[in-house]
Amino acid sequence: MKIHEYQAKEILKKFNVPIQDGIAIKSLSKFDAAIAELQKRGLNQYVVKSQIHAGGRGKGKIYNPKNRTELIQDGGVKFTTSVEKAKEYATRMLGNLLVTHQTGAEGKIVKTLFIAEGLDYKKELYLGILLDRNVSKNVIMASTEGGVEIEKVAAETPEKIIKEWVEPGVGLRPFQARKVAFGLGLEGAAFKSFTNFISLLYKAYEQTDASMLEINPLIITNDDRIVALDAKMNFDDNALFRHPEIVAYRDIDEEDPLEVEASKYNLNYIKLDGNVGCMVNGAGLAMATMDIIKLAGGEPANFLDVGGGANKETVKNGFKIILSDKNVKAILINIFGGIVRCDRVAQGVIDAVKEMEVNVPIVIRLEGTNAIEAGELLQKSSLNFEVAMTLKEAAEKVTAVLKK
Amino acid sequence: MSILLDKKTKVIVQGITGSEGTFHTLQMIEYGTNVVAGVTPGKGGQKFEKTSIPIFNTVADAVKSTKATASAIFVPPQFAADAILEAALSGIKLIVCISEGIPTNDMIKVYDTIKDTDIRLIGPNCPGIISPGKAKIGIMPGFIHHKGKVGVVSRSGTLTYEAVKQLSDLKIGQSSCVGIGGDPIIGSRFIDIIKLFNEDKDTEGIVMIGEIGGSAEEEAAEYIKKHVKKPVVGFIAGRTAPAGRRMGHAGAIISGGKGTAAEKMAALKKAGIFVVESPAEIGITMKNAFDKIKSKKKTAK
Repeated sequence: MKIHEYQAKEILKKFNVPIQDGIAIKSLSKFDAAIAELQKRGLNQYVVKSQIHAGGRGKGKIYNPKNRTELIQDGGVKFTTSVEKAKEYATRMLGNLLVTHQTGAEGKIVKTLFIAEGLDYKKELYLGILLDRNVSKNVIMASTEGGVEIEKVAAETPEKIIKEWVEPGVGLRPFQARKVAFGLGLEGAAFKSFTNFISLLYKAYEQTDASMLEINPLIITNDDRIVALDAKMNFDDNALFRHPEIVAYRDIDEEDPLEVEASKYNLNYIKLDGNVGCMVNGAGLAMATMDIIKLAGGEPANFLDVGGGANKETVKNGFKIILSDKNVKAILINIFGGIVRCDRVAQGVIDAVKEMEVNVPIVIRLEGTNAIEAGELLQKSSLNFEVAMTLKEAAEKVTAVLKK
Repeated sequence: MSILLDKKTKVIVQGITGSEGTFHTLQMIEYGTNVVAGVTPGKGGQKFEKTSIPIFNTVADAVKSTKATASAIFVPPQFAADAILEAALSGIKLIVCISEGIPTNDMIKVYDTIKDTDIRLIGPNCPGIISPGKAKIGIMPGFIHHKGKVGVVSRSGTLTYEAVKQLSDLKIGQSSCVGIGGDPIIGSRFIDIIKLFNEDKDTEGIVMIGEIGGSAEEEAAEYIKKHVKKPVVGFIAGRTAPAGRRMGHAGAIISGGKGTAAEKMAALKKAGIFVVESPAEIGITMKNAFDKIKSKKKTAK
């Protein structure tokens, strides 16, 4: 699960991690109060930051959502010392479309702003924590190249990335924190501030079951404090059951509405840009089915894993989700019935199609227990199915259907 | 022969009284698995369904009484890491964890505890192991498998069944099939199972079914290039998957431009593996590889 920067900072603050503080607002009417509060804290420079679930906000562009060619502002993050200017930026950002290299051309509507303190700093660093799958341990990654994409640093100057693996039994040790600090060339007050920072940050990562925690940039202020200027946190979906406080941060506006709808039915759906919808049981087979659609000359419109029990209700909900996508020109159903009986799945599909209006051709392939009986049931129904016995045949039928 | 599991392997089931546990235990017994005990805390002293299989409160009790060496785990994900550790610290040597959805932080600690020991963990989030005609520990449909000479290793469930069915339809049987699981942290990786298949004299060919995410396929390819003379057929699922999205399996995600299907396929090809572009051609490619070897042997004669 992903959360916004301001939410990540709220969490980090609870763990005493030094952050660039601020106030989140969802309406311009709250702007004056937010500024007044920041001024009460003695602040006189501000950063207005768009909150969306995507990176590259600073270099992004703000467009008018009603007319996507109308550029409203360069940059989704703006620094200023003037309250008037800050309000002007806020007015341009809130409710408008932010397009960054991570959002794709469709962009994201800015629904929340983080009005933050403007800090003077002398250096930007990078600090991240994530799972290293190769060794099944968490790894700390740090770099003197802050403020740029870490993937770029990794590709161009990998020697500038410092890595420190955390032993699961003992956790992050002080010597490791020092090693990273030395590696970054820190000294004096900044060195001490950093080792403290990294220990607190790791604690926050581990105790919240985060799957990724990235501070980019991490700054050294003019008075040698280490502060998280940005914060990005993702969480392990499997561990959310023990973190209701994090589940509460979920922002459904940031997710694809069809995916949200599918999750209500316990369907695992991901929308793609293609023309052939698919409904499959099992994640691996679902990916393989998408691949075969591509080989057949189509483009998969989605990933959809209906799980173990493919009955009438799941199939119906699956159709509902797939058909809400207007680009879908055909549907491929691929179910490998191991312990589920194929004839039952077939009956489920027939009942679902009868109850719904499915106006696109359906190629269906059921394999496993009672597959032959299932094929007969489908053929006998007066409905318009293209029945395939093997995966290869299914692919060929998809190609044929697309050519029609 | 087969790897990891045969008719004699004494198996216990943790979570035997849950609905999944009950259903699949009955299926395993029907297939021929030597299930000797079940474990459900608080239900010790009872018998499993209408059988004489005893249920114990702890794995330690079950092992002491039955000398079991293998365990199948069907407990809910929030308790599954604990169940794996209980098995590992009670003398079980082969642990097959079917449970899906275990938190990564829990698995980091489990993996750290069992690595560098003689305990083999398969999974979690996997269909399990089957040695066709002998026994199965897991949830795969037994009837699609046939006894034979191909070892199958895969990160997925139904896609493995698909590959097995293709092999069986071409009259190519399997020595063992191992589903290693779709999570980012798993007990056994491709390389571990491929080593076992390579050493098993009755396994003559290997099918490896990978997917996007991580670099376990590349690691296995390196090993295959150096050590494996048997024909290997490989498929990587997810060439059409977008970056940054988790494709059902927690481990199936392309991150930071790494772990793409194209990258993995290239590594496999470089290692001399017969890489299939289409998942419909796994079986036929294995058959062709065998036929080629056969005709080579004939010409050599």
